[in-house]
Amino acid sequence: MAELDTSGGGGKKGGKVRSKKQSTRVDLTAMVDLAFLLVTFFMLTTTLSKPKAMDLAMPDKNEENPQEQEPIAASRTVTVLLGKDNRLEWFVGTPTDPLSAPTVDNYGKDGIRKVLIEKGQEIKQKTGKDMFVIVKPSDKSIYKNMIDIIDELNITNNKLYAIVDITPVEIKLLQDVGLY
Amino acid sequence: MPRVKIPRKSTSIDMTAMCDVAFLLLTFFILTAKPRVEDPVPVDTPGAATQVILPETDIATMTIGGKGKVFFGVEGFEVRKQLLQRMGEKYKIGFTQSELDRFAVMPNIGVPMSQVKQFINLDADQRKAFKAPGIPTDSVSNELYNWIHEARVVNKNLSNKELRITIKGDSKEEYPTIQRIIAILQKQEVNKFSLITTLRGK
Repeated sequence: MAELDTSGGGGKKGGKVRSKKQSTRVDLTAMVDLAFLLVTFFMLTTTLSKPKAMDLAMPDKNEENPQEQEPIAASRTVTVLLGKDNRLEWFVGTPTDPLSAPTVDNYGKDGIRKVLIEKGQEIKQKTGKDMFVIVKPSDKSIYKNMIDIIDELNITNNKLYAIVDITPVEIKLLQDVGLY
Repeated sequence: MPRVKIPRKSTSIDMTAMCDVAFLLLTFFILTAKPRVEDPVPVDTPGAATQVILPETDIATMTIGGKGKVFFGVEGFEVRKQLLQRMGEKYKIGFTQSELDRFAVMPNIGVPMSQVKQFINLDADQRKAFKAPGIPTDSVSNELYNWIHEARVVNKNLSNKELRITIKGDSKEEYPTIQRIIAILQKQEVNKFSLITTLRGK
């Protein structure tokens, strides 16, 4: 692709020695190649390294006057207990008197997501209000489990959820099914 | 019949304009690029389908990994300088100007207050080899609490914006560690924060 100097020397005219006229054009193809390669590289690395995150809002710890907290009907709460080995247990209502028997399930599409969608619709039909999900990670669960469950709640579009500390009664429930 | 001769045209195109554009873009990307911050401990962030993109400024990151070690980092050179100064005042440690300057370029810190001075004065190679124990999270010394609190105060003073707290945790990290850190955040009424995740399909 290199440009050939075709202007020629012009020959000798009148015996005068003329300096050869050099073409000023430079082949830029290789330079453009290199520049676009670098552009591609920087473009991909900058967009890929942007940190992504998900927001989490915790319930306000109102230690001075806990009475201000609003009670929620047990019939519309679903409690999810996070146990060990990436397993979880869920039930509707209170741990001492659950409205549905505690069920062991796993994370993901066929596990808790199905439950959340089905229970959400069921509770909405029964009580006319949205389901409230209480997530209680036990000491044996890992960080990934917590992210997974929040992610499932976000996917199923559940705005009403809270992460709460686990109680001994619920630890007992987990122990009964060997998840603690 | 003579054959029709097609005049031979030169195949070269003028590349000048293309070159200009390419280098303009290149300059733009180089200038906006930020060197990747290396994590002090190997952290494998869990995947999630729902994501928001974090801002570049007014942000503090807590890196949690390696069996409960916590590292704290905040964006902005000026914020870091003033943060260290305030922490020094709180723990009665005096920092020189050069120490503050060195701290300003450090992306995160993961040593107890008593070792901070020593850690700052290590050179780059030594720092890499240094096994940082993480910032103590117990409620006796309250060090992580103070780091977060002072960083929030400094950021509010400098840019008049609320500092956004993010947690970058390893997926295998046990929940009690995370619980302790969330409790520290809630003690200073930070109820909303972000968890750094990687993209995952639904």
